[in-house]
Amino acid sequence: MQRRSFLASLGLVAPALLLPRLALSGAAKKKTLVVILQRGAVDGLSMVPPVGEKTYFDLRPTIAVDKKQSKPLDGPFALHPSLAGLLPLWANKSLAIVHAVGSPDPTRSHFDAQDYLETGTPGTKSTDDGWLARALAGKKDKGSLRAVALSPTLPRILRGDKDAVAFAALDSFAVAGKGAGTFESMYDGALDEALRGAGKEAFAAMHSLEAAKVGSIAPANGAKYPDGPLGKRLRQIAQLIRGEVGAEVAVTDCGGWDTHVNQKPQLDKRLSELGDALAAFATDLGNRMADVCVVTATEFGRTVKENGSAGTDHGHGSVMLVMGGGVRGKRVLGSWKGLGDLHEGRDLPVTTDHRAVFSEILKVHPAHGSERGVRRLHGAQGSPSVREPAWHPTSRSRGRSRSRDTASPARA
Amino acid sequence: MRSILPLVALCLGCAAPRSTPLAASFTGTKPAVVASSPAKIAAASSPVDPVEEARAVHALSRFAFGPRPSDVERVAKMGVDAWLRTQLAPGTDPAVDAKVARLRATKLSTKELLGAYPKGKGGDGTPADLERELATAKVVRAVESERQLEEVLVDFWFNHFNVDAKKGAVKWLVAPYEREAIRAHVFGKFRDLLGATAKHPAMLFYLDNWRSAASSGKPKGKKPSGLNENYARELLELHTLGVDGGYTQDDVKEVARAFTGWTIDKPKEVGAFVFRPGMHEAGAKKVLGKTIDVGGIGDGEAVLDLVATHAATAHHLSLALARRFVSDDPPSALVDQVAKVFLTSNGDLRKTYEALFFAPEAWSDAAKKSKVKDPFETVVSSIRAVGGTFAFGEAGNKKGLAGPVEPLLRTLEGLGEPIYHCAPPTGFPERATAWVGTGALVSRIRFAVALSEDRFRVGGAGVVWDPHAVVPDGKDPLVDRVARALLHAPLAPATRTAIQKELDAMPDEPDEDSQRRRLTRAIGLVLGSPDFQRQ
Repeated sequence: MQRRSFLASLGLVAPALLLPRLALSGAAKKKTLVVILQRGAVDGLSMVPPVGEKTYFDLRPTIAVDKKQSKPLDGPFALHPSLAGLLPLWANKSLAIVHAVGSPDPTRSHFDAQDYLETGTPGTKSTDDGWLARALAGKKDKGSLRAVALSPTLPRILRGDKDAVAFAALDSFAVAGKGAGTFESMYDGALDEALRGAGKEAFAAMHSLEAAKVGSIAPANGAKYPDGPLGKRLRQIAQLIRGEVGAEVAVTDCGGWDTHVNQKPQLDKRLSELGDALAAFATDLGNRMADVCVVTATEFGRTVKENGSAGTDHGHGSVMLVMGGGVRGKRVLGSWKGLGDLHEGRDLPVTTDHRAVFSEILKVHPAHGSERGVRRLHGAQGSPSVREPAWHPTSRSRGRSRSRDTASPARA
Repeated sequence: MRSILPLVALCLGCAAPRSTPLAASFTGTKPAVVASSPAKIAAASSPVDPVEEARAVHALSRFAFGPRPSDVERVAKMGVDAWLRTQLAPGTDPAVDAKVARLRATKLSTKELLGAYPKGKGGDGTPADLERELATAKVVRAVESERQLEEVLVDFWFNHFNVDAKKGAVKWLVAPYEREAIRAHVFGKFRDLLGATAKHPAMLFYLDNWRSAASSGKPKGKKPSGLNENYARELLELHTLGVDGGYTQDDVKEVARAFTGWTIDKPKEVGAFVFRPGMHEAGAKKVLGKTIDVGGIGDGEAVLDLVATHAATAHHLSLALARRFVSDDPPSALVDQVAKVFLTSNGDLRKTYEALFFAPEAWSDAAKKSKVKDPFETVVSSIRAVGGTFAFGEAGNKKGLAGPVEPLLRTLEGLGEPIYHCAPPTGFPERATAWVGTGALVSRIRFAVALSEDRFRVGGAGVVWDPHAVVPDGKDPLVDRVARALLHAPLAPATRTAIQKELDAMPDEPDEDSQRRRLTRAIGLVLGSPDFQRQ
C-alpha cells in the first residue's frame, strides 16, 4: 500500500471543502479539537473486537466480546455492545475508528507510554513540553480559553503552553465575593513570575466564562450525559464550545482501563460511560459538531491472549476513535495483520503510529494546525502515516467527492 | 525601668512550662536541646535574634509542614540547629499517637483490615471508611505531630516508593505499608527501606510482581503467567538507579527473573509476603554486568544489595532529596557532596540528611522561598499557620470519626493531590511546574477563603481554630499583624496594598462581629496570597 495523503487516508476532509468559506471566517465560531486520554491502557480488542477472526475467540475463551451482542462495523470488526450509543454516529459517517494504532516505542510502562503519548517523542524522556502545546505555539491569537484541560492540573500534552488553562470543574473555577478583585490585584503584582502568569490566565479565563454565562448553558437537543466523571467533563467542554469562548483545544482524561483482572464486567461499565458520554456530547452540540473533532487515545493496548485472571496484561496496539465534523467516518482504518502475527508473540502490533492520526487532525482541524506544530509533533523521526484498510472496498477508488455527503455529522 | 524586670521574669516563667512538655517528649539519642550551653539559655531571655528567627521560618517551612503560631519564636530561641538535630532523632509524641490511634484503621494488620472493612457486607466499615480514616490520619499527623521532620520524610519516601490505594487490594495494604515499610526506616539504612518496600505486599501488588513467575512455573491454581517486568523496571528507574542510571532492557528482564516467586499469600484474605520457589526462575541472572547466582529468594536480595549502594542510586536519591529540601534545581555540587556521604556511610539515611540539611546551600538566599508548596503542603501549612487542630466526629455517625474531615480530603483531591491515590509509580511531582496552574491557583484561593471562614469545621468537629488566638491585638494595622502571624515576614507591596484596600472598603465598627469579619477576611486574603504559596 502506498502512503497516501494523510488527509484522505484517515478520512478527514479539509474544512474548506466541507463548508462555505464564509462560515470558516465567521466571527465567533472556532474549530475545536477535543482530546480524550484513556489513561491505563484500554483493550482495543474489546472496544472494537475483530469478531470475524476465529483466533480472537480462541485466545480469549472467557473474555471475548460476544459476537451476537456486538454491533457489526467494517471488515472483520464489530463494536462492543456497551458502545452502542455511538452507532448513530457511525451510521451518519461522523465516526471513524483507527485500529492497531499506538506508539512506535515498545514500552509497557503506563507512565512512560503516557508521557510519550503526550510529548509526542516516544523513546525520549527529556522532552518537557507536550505536542499539543507545541502545535499551538505558532499561533498568534491567544484567547484566555484557547486551550483548556478539564483536569485539576495541566496534563503533559499541554505543558509548555503558558496560556493553557486547567480546571477540574467549571463550577469550582471561580472566586466568589468581593475578594475576587483583591486576589486578582495581588497576583497581578506578584513578584513570582510563574504565579503571576497563572493568576493572569486564571482571572482572564474566569472573566470570559462569567461574561458568556457558560456555567448556565444546559444540554441541548435532549442530550443526556451519563453519570460519572467523563460525562461531567464532556458536558462542560460542550458548554465551553457552545458558549463560544474561543476554545480551540480541550483535553480531558478518563481512567479505569487497566484491566488485569476480571476485565469483562469492568469494561462493560467503563465503555458504556465512554460511549454514552460521546453520544451525548454529539447530540448536545448538534450542528456545532461540524466544527468539532473528538479523538480518543490510550498509551498502549493489552495482550491478545487473556491472562490467568480473566483479564489482560500490558500490550502494544490499541484503538482510537475519531469523531466529528470533517471526519469521513463509518470506516475502520489502519493496517490489519490479523491475530496470527503478533508483536513479540503476544500483542497486537502497532501498524499506525498514533502521531499519524494526530498530525492528520492537526493539519486540518482545528484551523490553527501549523506546519510547525505538525513537524514538531514528530521530532526528528519523520511523519508516520495512516494506512488505508486493506479490507475496505472503496479504499482504492474513493475520491474527494464522496466526502460531501459526510460533511455535517450531526444532521441525523 | 523597674517594671521591666518583673516582666522579663514573667516571660522566662511562661517560656519554661511551654517548652517542658516538648522537651519531655523528645527523648531521642541526642538530647542536645535541653542541655544546650548556658550562653543559649541566656540568649533566650533576650529578644529573639532576627537572623535566627529568619532561619527558623525557613527551617519550619522545609523540615516541617510550616510554622504554627508559636513555633518560630520557640525554634529561634532553642537554636535552629539544635531544633533540627532533635528532629533528626525524634522521641515519641504520645498526644498525636493517641489521637491517631482513635482511627482504628491505622492500627490493624492487613488481615484485620480485610475483615473490618470488607468489600462486601459483614464488616464494621466499608473500604471508603477505611480510606477516609487513613487519609485523615496522614493529615492529622502532618498538622499536629511534633515529629515534623519524620512526617515530611514519610511523605517523601512514600512518594518515592509510591503505591496507589485505588488499585485492587492496595487499600487494605497501604496502612501497614506506610507503617512497616516506610515510617520504620526513614531514619535507618536505605537498604532496609528498599528491602521493606520490595517485600511488602502493597508494592508487590501495585507493581504486579506477585504475578511474575518463571514461564515454566505453575503458581497454585493459576495458569502460568510468565515474567512481569513492572516492578523490575520501576525498581531501577524510580526507586534506585534513576532513568539515566545506566541500565538496559536486558537488566530489567534479568531483575524481573530474579524477583520471580516474590509474591503474596492470598492478597484479599491474608495479604502477607511469601516466597514461592515453584514460581521462581532458576539459573544465573546477569544484572549490571554482575552475575547473580544465589538461587531462590537470595537472587532478589542480591539485586537489592547491588542497587542499594550503587553510585547511580546515590546520585538519584541525593537529587530527589535536594529537590525536596533545597530547591527545584539544586546546585549539582551539593548533590554530589550528599551522594558521596550516602556512599561512604553505606546508605545511612540520617547521615545523608545531615549532609544535606546542614550544607550552606540549604540555607542560602537562593534556597529560601524558592519552592512552590504542593497542594498537601499548602493545606497543611495553612492549617498549622492558623493554629488549627483536628476534632473527630461521633463514632456512631454514618461516616464515623473521620467524617467531618472529609471536606478537607475532597479539597486535596480537587487540588490534584488526593492522599494515597497517586496512580503512576512516579508519585506526585516535586517541581513547581506541575503545581502552578490556573485551576490549581483558583482552588488554592478557594481553600484559603474556606478555611478563613471556618468551613472545615462541622459542628464541633473537623478543623478547629480561633482567629483571635492567632493574630494578637495591637496598634499596628491589621494587615501587618496578620502577615506577621501567618507569614512571619512582611507582605509583598502589591499584596499588602490589595489587602489594605479591601479592608478599607469593609465596615470597621467597634463591635465584635465587625472586627471578627475583618480579621477572618484578612486571614483568608493572606493565606490565598502569592506570598503564602511559596516556602
